[in-house]
Order: sequence, then structure tokens, then C-alpha cells
Amino acid sequence: MTMSKDIDPIVMAVPAAPLSKRRKGSLAWLLNVRLAIGLAILLIMGLGSLILPFFATVDPSIQSSFMRNMPPSAAHWLGTNSLGQDIFWFLVFAIRNSLALGVLVACGVTLVATIVGLSAGYIGGRFERFVMLIVDTFITIPLLPILIILGALIRGNTSFFTVGIIIIIFGWAWDARTVRSMALSLREREFINMARFSGANTMQIIAREIFPYVSAYMVVGFINVVLFAINTEATLAVIGLSKVEVPTLGSIIFWALNYNALFTGQYVWLVAPIIATVTLFLGLFLTSTGFNQAFASKRGVS
Amino acid sequence: MGVLRYVAKRIGLYLAVLFIGLTITFMLPRLMPINPVDGYIGQLQSRANGTLTSEAIAEMRTNLEQLYGLNGNVFTQYVSYLKRVVVDFDFGPSFTYYPQPVSAMILNALPWTLGLLLTATFIAWVLGNMVGLVAGYFHKKRAASILEFLGILLYPIPYYILAITLLLLLAYIFPVFPLSPTFPVGQMTPEKLGMIFYNSLLPGITLVLAGFGWNILSMKALAVATTEEPYVTYARLKGASNWTRMMRYVFRNALLPQVTALALSLGMVFNGALLTEMIFSYPGIGLIMRTAATGGDYNVLYGAITLSIIAVATAGLVIDLIYPLLDPRIRHK
Repeated sequence: MTMSKDIDPIVMAVPAAPLSKRRKGSLAWLLNVRLAIGLAILLIMGLGSLILPFFATVDPSIQSSFMRNMPPSAAHWLGTNSLGQDIFWFLVFAIRNSLALGVLVACGVTLVATIVGLSAGYIGGRFERFVMLIVDTFITIPLLPILIILGALIRGNTSFFTVGIIIIIFGWAWDARTVRSMALSLREREFINMARFSGANTMQIIAREIFPYVSAYMVVGFINVVLFAINTEATLAVIGLSKVEVPTLGSIIFWALNYNALFTGQYVWLVAPIIATVTLFLGLFLTSTGFNQAFASKRGVS
Repeated sequence: MGVLRYVAKRIGLYLAVLFIGLTITFMLPRLMPINPVDGYIGQLQSRANGTLTSEAIAEMRTNLEQLYGLNGNVFTQYVSYLKRVVVDFDFGPSFTYYPQPVSAMILNALPWTLGLLLTATFIAWVLGNMVGLVAGYFHKKRAASILEFLGILLYPIPYYILAITLLLLLAYIFPVFPLSPTFPVGQMTPEKLGMIFYNSLLPGITLVLAGFGWNILSMKALAVATTEEPYVTYARLKGASNWTRMMRYVFRNALLPQVTALALSLGMVFNGALLTEMIFSYPGIGLIMRTAATGGDYNVLYGAITLSIIAVATAGLVIDLIYPLLDPRIRHK
């Protein structure tokens, strides 16, 4: 049965068609279901949370702006909470702040991880073993207890920005490990040697040979760090150890839990951020796996 | 020979992790702009409505510094810290529950955390790998993508969202479980044990669900890759049944990276357990840490974090030492 399938002309023809399409240099190969859904979610939430705040009449982090505990209405789409804040606007600002923090941390982590990983991979020897020991230690040490201590020590005196820096300091290790293994495998690849023997200098090799190869992983890694950073800050905020006055996806849940939204029946206060978080995380995750899939199929073709 | 070298290397890493971890814990409060002793004195003073004289405060400061090993230069402090922590497992008394020693508090909470964490991780790992194996082995079938979809849906959801959603669903909308569970202490009776088990179900389910998604996705990817290996084709041509191929050929080989991944992700699993305990008021290390963090009880925090580092590093070591038993290639190298 398998034999006949292999020589079936129709089956043979199917992979040939997208191949010729892809060669035209269009970006069509990038499209797959996951990526499309993921990007759509990110685009809507990202642009929405970026543009909407310009139309906000009141800063949602200020307490007692409105009547308390109002149900959803035309004026307050998701109602108001026990602190007299508009839940909808608090949520919009929360998504914006969380995303901004995630992108900031991801930039920092990518920078540190690339420097550490590349230097370890290319220098090698004792230096590499020492660096990898530190990296493995940082991966092994449970992050949350350290963050809890830090949170308890600097609580009240911290800015939202500092929280981001702290997450960078303790979050770069996993990525550094990936970059280093990539560097190791690239060092041995034929096409790099080929380029070198053809007379390309180091800058050209990095720009034309290594970067296209590495960029796919960098995009995926970057998105994963955004996920990690938003999650970590939110986790700290939920237990009250981040800057909870700043609206984030975690701090909104912190306030809801603190004011016993569950017992007082204020569903919206809790359910809205839960739905927003799940949607955002799903969007980020689908984008990252979608990219992975797209790049994998592209590599398979070329 | 290969095994000895592997074990030696692994133990070396273990010691390094412990050393660096403990050093970070030691350095953290000293790099911070805030002095815990100042904080504590401030707390006492506000409780005494500022009636403390400056002599009394100075005396208290020397006492506290002695108690917490803050005198001498940084190096002597470091040596005595390591000795106290590693040799005596002594973190001094708790601020909040003075004079109860921190080590006793932590050792009381440890069985709770371990019980919940080990059970949940084990169930999540076994179930997740099974589902992932089926999804990966039959990846060309439509039904398999539904299984994978389950993983995609579960994996990116953070622990605290899972925990709160479960609480909302199973304790509020469908009141199957209590909203604020109680965990009886003291002499254990069958009823008490039943109650503990019942109240542990919700945090347990949270942890299982959280670990489940990741295991499905990574096992699926591994199983897909392994299914393409020539030895699986060989087994098929040889006439081995689907079941034999899936379990003995694909599963055994795809399992190895999963074991390594488990060892690497233990820290994260532990983080999740701590958080789940905090949200469900489950009386483990996580809850102790939360109470200590809000009350500024630094001794308890240091005890808990030191124990966390030791526990996670040791568990990783144990898994890595079991590894050669699973992978004959290391034994025969």
C-alpha cells in the first residue's frame, strides 16, 4: 500500500506546487493557522491597549474616581470596582503596561543571553565551562523564592521599571543556553566554511549567513521571554510583591482578591482579567509556535 | 567508567549550584538599600508608640546584629553564614512567632509541600507523556490534533490564572470544594486525613493541569521526531504491532529527553507549587513564605529560600543519577 502511494503522481505533485510559490520570494510561506490567529490576537490587543489610553478621561489607577461596585453599564462597560475605579479602563492600562514590561524585559534578556551565549559558544574551553556552570545554576535555582525575598525587601521603594530589571537579572539563563547551543552547531556548519572560503569577512558572514539562520530562533525566543516576563510580574503582583498601584494583569487580580471579589459576587472584576490574560498568552504562544512552524517548513524546503 | 565520570560531573554541578545559590541568598540582603534590622526596629518602635529610648534602640541593634550574624566584615559573616546554614541548618528564630526556630517551622511545612508537589508532578508527567505520545505517534490522524490542541490551550496559562479559575468554577459557581479550606493539624485521625485529601484536591488539580500542557507538547514533538527514525520503520517492516512500536520503540527513546527536561524544569515546577499554596492557603512552604513576606519575617524567608534551593538541586541530582539506569548508552560509553 505504501509502495503505490509513493509513486502516485497526484501525491507527488502536491508538495511541488507550494514549492514553486514559495520561491517567488513572497511571504506566503509565513502564513499558517497558528501564526495568523496568534498575530491577530496580538495585533488587536497590542494596538488596542496602545491607542485606547489616549481616549481615557481618567487615569484608572487613581482611586475613588467613580461610585464603587457599579454593575456594567454604558458609562462603565465592565462596571467599577470596590476602589471606585473603572474596570474596563484599568484592564486596558493593565494590558498596555504588562505588554510594555514584557517587551522591555525581552529586549534586555535577548541582549544579555546573546552576549553570554555567543561568547561561551565561540570562545569555548575553560571560559565556556565556567559560564555554563553559572547558567545551569541560574536555571536550577527556583526563581520565585528569590523574587519574593527581593519583593519583601524593596517593597514600596521600587518602581515598575526596577521590577523589570530584576526579572532580566534572573531570567537570562535559559536563553543563553539556547544561544550557546546554536552557536556551537553553527560553528561546525558547512555553509559557514563555504562562505569563508569564498572570501566573505566575519561581518558579512554574521549578516548574511548566521543572522538569517538565527533570526527565526530569536523571534521565537523573544516572544517566549515576553510571556515569561508578563507571567513573572503578574505572579509577583498577585501575591502583592510588585508595584501593585500600577495597573498590570497581575495587580488587577491582586486587588480583586484583596477586596474579596469572590465573596461579594463581583465576577467581572476577576473574570475580565482572567479572560484577557488567557487570550493574550494564547496569542503570544500561538505566534511563537506559528513562527517556529513557518520557519521549520521553510528550512525543510530550502 | 562512563558512569563514574557522569556521576562525578553531576555531583560537581550539584555542589556548584548549592554554593552559588547560597552565595546569592547571602548577598541579596546586603546589596539591598534596606537593612532588615532597621526595618525590625522600626516595627517594634511603632508597636511601642515611639516610647523606646535611643540607648534601648542601640542595645537592641547590637543584640539583633549578633543574633543574625551581622557583625564582623563581610567575609567572616559569609563563613559563619555557610557554617550555620549547611552544618547546623539554623536560621535563628522567627520574628513573627518569636522564639520559635525557623528550621522547625520549615520542617513542619516541608511534608505538606512535598506531598502535594510530588504527587501532582508525577500524575502530570505520566498523563501528559501518555497523551503526548499518542498525539505524536498518530500525528497524521485528525483526532491527534485535538489532543495537541489541549496542550496548546493549557500550556501558556499561568499558574495563578489556573488556580483562580478553578477556585471560581469549583468553589464558587459549582460549590464542590470549600472557598477557604481548612487543614487540620495535630494528631491524625482518618477523618482528618480524608479532609486533608479532599481539600488538597483543588491545588493538586491546578498543579496537574499546569504540568500537563507542557508535557503533552514536548512529548508530542519528541514522539513525532522519533517516529521518523529508521529503527521505527525497521520495526514496522519487521511486523511489530502498532502498540509495540509505540511503547517499546518510540516511547522508550522519546522518554530520555523528557527526563532531562523534568530535571531542568524542577525549579519552575517548584515556583508553581509555591504560588498554588499561597492562593489556596495550603499550609506548605509557599504559605509560610507569603506570610513571612507580608510580615517582614526575613529569617523565615531565608530559611525557606535556602531549603528551596537545596530541595530543587537535590531533586535534580536524583533524577540525573537515575538517568544512566534508563539510558544504556551512558553506561556503556
